[in-house]
Amino acid sequence: MMTATPTEVTTVTLSINGQSVTAPAGTLLIEVCKKLGTEVPAFCYYEGFSLQAACRMCLVEIEKFPKLQASCTIPVSEGMVVRTESPAVVAARKDMLEFLLSNHPLDCPVCDKGGECELQDMTFRYGAGESRFTEIKVHTPEKQWSPVVFYDAPRCILCYRCVRVCDEGLGVGALGIQYRGVGAEIIPNMGDHLNCDECGACIDICPVGALTSGAYRYKTRPWEMNHVGTVCTHCSNGCKTTLGVRTDEIIRGNNRDSSGINGEFLCGKGRYAFDFNKHEDRLTSPLIRKDGQLVEVSWSEALKAVATKFSETQAAGGSFGVIGGVHSTNEENYFLQKFARQGLKTANLDHQRTGDVPALLDALSGKSDVLATTDDLYNTAAALVIGSDLAQQHPFLAYQLRANGRHHNARVYTVTPGKVREADYAAASLTYGSTSELFGKLDELRDRLKAEPELVILFSDAIKGADVAKLVAYGDSLGITVKYVALVDYSNSRGALDMGLLPTLGPGYHAAPVNGLAAPDMLAAGLDVLWVVGADSGKGNAKFTVVQDMFLTPTAAAADIVLPSASAYEKSGTVTNVCGQVQKLKPAVRTMGTKPDLEIMGLIAREMGLNLGIWTHDHVLTEIRSGVAGYNVPLPIIQTGGAAQAQPVNGRVPLDGRPELVQSAQDTLFTSGTLGRYSKALTSVIEYPGKLYSDNQ
Amino acid sequence: MTFSPDLEARFEKLVASYPEGRTRSAVIPMLMYAQDELGAVTPELVAEVAKRCKVPPIQVEEVIGYYSMLHRKPQGKYHVQVCTNISCLLVGGEELYHHASKKLGIGHKQTTADGIFSLEEVECMGACSWAPAVEIDYTFHHHVTPEKLDQLLDGLKKPQ
Repeated sequence: MMTATPTEVTTVTLSINGQSVTAPAGTLLIEVCKKLGTEVPAFCYYEGFSLQAACRMCLVEIEKFPKLQASCTIPVSEGMVVRTESPAVVAARKDMLEFLLSNHPLDCPVCDKGGECELQDMTFRYGAGESRFTEIKVHTPEKQWSPVVFYDAPRCILCYRCVRVCDEGLGVGALGIQYRGVGAEIIPNMGDHLNCDECGACIDICPVGALTSGAYRYKTRPWEMNHVGTVCTHCSNGCKTTLGVRTDEIIRGNNRDSSGINGEFLCGKGRYAFDFNKHEDRLTSPLIRKDGQLVEVSWSEALKAVATKFSETQAAGGSFGVIGGVHSTNEENYFLQKFARQGLKTANLDHQRTGDVPALLDALSGKSDVLATTDDLYNTAAALVIGSDLAQQHPFLAYQLRANGRHHNARVYTVTPGKVREADYAAASLTYGSTSELFGKLDELRDRLKAEPELVILFSDAIKGADVAKLVAYGDSLGITVKYVALVDYSNSRGALDMGLLPTLGPGYHAAPVNGLAAPDMLAAGLDVLWVVGADSGKGNAKFTVVQDMFLTPTAAAADIVLPSASAYEKSGTVTNVCGQVQKLKPAVRTMGTKPDLEIMGLIAREMGLNLGIWTHDHVLTEIRSGVAGYNVPLPIIQTGGAAQAQPVNGRVPLDGRPELVQSAQDTLFTSGTLGRYSKALTSVIEYPGKLYSDNQ
Repeated sequence: MTFSPDLEARFEKLVASYPEGRTRSAVIPMLMYAQDELGAVTPELVAEVAKRCKVPPIQVEEVIGYYSMLHRKPQGKYHVQVCTNISCLLVGGEELYHHASKKLGIGHKQTTADGIFSLEEVECMGACSWAPAVEIDYTFHHHVTPEKLDQLLDGLKKPQ
C-alpha cells in the first residue's frame, strides 16, 4: 500500500453498492471493495507497487463526482456513496476492454498465457462480445531480449507492472516504456537486449502473454501441467517454487499462488535453474572402478560393494571419514551423521561450512527471540547488512529489505567490501578494505543505530569465530532490541549445521561424544574410506572413496564407487533456510536410475546388517522432531507448504575453534556451485558468471 | 561530457531547484537545453543526463520516446512547426502546412538538403486564439497566411 499511514488511524463509513462499510481513512477504494468481496477488475493496480492508474479498468461511480473514478487511486472518505455495478460502470468496462483489444492479436490458442490470462478472464466476465474497430491491427514482430525473456509488443496492454516490479521490487530498473499511444511499447535497458538480474519477475507479473519465458514458451498449455509446490534447491533463502510438470519433465518454475515465505518472489535460479535436473550428464547408473575405469553396474552390485567395503574396513579397524551435503535434506543429514557415529563408529564428519551459526548461537546463549525470520526483515524498523552483496547472494532477503524500505520507510545500513545495490536507498552505506577495518566501520554507525528502535543484523563469513561474540557485544551495546541472521550459502547449509554434520557437534549443537577430524584434515589424513554424500570436496589422500552425487563431479570422477542421487526436486524431506525456517520438499519428477540419498544410505545400512531405524523421510523426521533441539516444529504447518521456525538450542555451544573453515562460496545470482554449472539457463545469460560488489544499477 | 559554461551554470541551477531525491524532475529541461546546444539528443547526452539527474538511463530514454520535441537526429538551422489541430485547421492550418512542405520541398520531420530548414506538423501549441499558428524554433507567429509564411522563410534564408 502506497498511501501514507496517518499517525492516528481514523475510520470512515461509506456505502458500496448500498452496503455500509467502515474502513480506515486513506485506504484505497479498490482495497475496501476487495475486503468486502466486491470484485473491481484492474490490470495495473498491484498491491505493493506504486499507483499507476493506467488501465482504467477499475472505474467506479461515486456520487457527487461528475465522472467515473479510478478506484485504485481514490482514498475512501466519510459518507462516500459508491456503485461498482451501475450501468455506466458496466458500459465503461466494456469500452476499456474494447480499447485494450483494439490491437491485441487474440492469438490465445497459441499464447503461453492462454488459460491463465487476466485479459482473457476479464474479457470473458466483463467484455463485449464484439468490437467496433474495423481497422487493421498494428503488428510488430516479437523480440528476444535475453535467453530467458521474450517480448511480444502487440499483446502488451501497457499496465507498467513489469516496469514497476523491476524498478521498485528488485531495484534494477531495466525496463521502460517508449513512445506514445499505439506505438508505445516496453523497452529493455540495453536498447535491444537486457542486462539485469534475469529474475523473470517481469514475466511472472505480466497479466497477458506479452512477456514470455525462454524456458517455457510454446511448450505446453498451463492446464496440461501438474503444479508441485516445493522449495528451491539453490541458495539458502528457501523460496517456495511451484514447478510446472508435464510428462515427468519440469518446464516451469514460478510462484504465482504467492504461497510460502517468498510470496511471488523468485530469482533466476528458482525460476529457470531447474534445468540441471534433466541435464544429459546426470548420472543414472551406479559406477564401480574396475581396472582403473568407472564402469556401470547394477544397484545391487554397487550397494553390496559399498557395504562389503564398509564392513571389511570396520572389521579391520580401518579409518572412516564422512562429508555430507549442503543441498541434502535434514532427514538425510541426520541419518548420515547417525550412520557415521553409530554405524561406522567414526567422529570424522563435516560439510562445506559457509556461515558461523554455532558461534552465533553460543554468543546469544541466554537470550531468547533473537534470531530473525524472513518476515522480520520485512517488518523491522532497521537492518544492518555486514559483508554480503545481498542482492546477489541472498536475493530474497534483499527483496524483503527493499520492500520494507519502500512500504515502511525502514532504514537499511550496509557495511560491505564494495558497492552494493542496497546503497541506492540505504540510510548509510560504508565500505571497508579488509575485514580488520570492519569493526571500525561499525563504530562509525554506533550512534545512528542507537537511535533506532530495533535492528536486525545480517552478517556473512566476514564475521566468524571470536568476532561473532564481538558483534553480539556490539549489538548489546546499542541498548535496543537486536535480532541476528548468520548468512549461509546453500539450500540446506543451515540444516546441515542443525543436524550435526560437524566433527565436534552433534544434532542440535550438542557436543559430540568424541571429536573427529574436520574436512580438510580428513582429506589429508589418508583415511581408509572416505564417504562423500552430495558434495564436491575432493578425495584427498583417501585410499577408497564412495561418492553419492547427481553428476560426475571431480570428486566423483576420482572415486572408487559412485552412486547416482536424486535431486531435491525428486524427493521428499525437509530443508532449513538461512533464517532457520523449516519447509518441506515435494517430489515433482523422477529420473530413472537414481535414488534419494536417504534411500541409498538406508540400503547400505541394510546390506551391512546395521539397525539405524526405518529410512523413510517421515520416520526420520519424527526422530528429528523428538530428538533434535529446536526441531519440534508443528507438522500441520510444514505439511501444508508453510514454514516453521526451528528454535535452536539456547545455551553455550562448544566451538571447535576453526573459524578459518567457514568460507562463503561467494556465489552470484548466476552461479550455484555444481548445480549452477549444470544449469544451461544460468550459464547462457550474458551476465554469467556475474560479479559481487559491482552493482552499477 | 561537458557543456558550455552558460549551460553548465544553467544545469547547476536546475538540479538545485528541486528537493533532494527529486532531481529526475530536471530531465526534460536538461534535455531541451542540451539539445539546443548540441543540435540533437545523442547517446552520450542520454548517459550524461541520467548521471546528473541520478536516474537509470532507460528513464531518460522513456522521456525522449514520449516527447516529440526531443530529437535524436539534428534538425535544420530553423525548425518550422505548423499546427494542424482543430482551431488552426478551421482557418487554413492544413493548407499552410502543405504550402510550407511544397515551398521547402520536404515533408514531416524532414530537413532541407542545405540543412537550413526542417519541417514538422505538430499538435496543438496552445495558440488557438491566434490561429493559424506557426512556431519557428521558440518564436510564435500568429494569424499566418501562406504569403506571410513565404516572407518569414525568405527572411530567414537570407544570409545574415
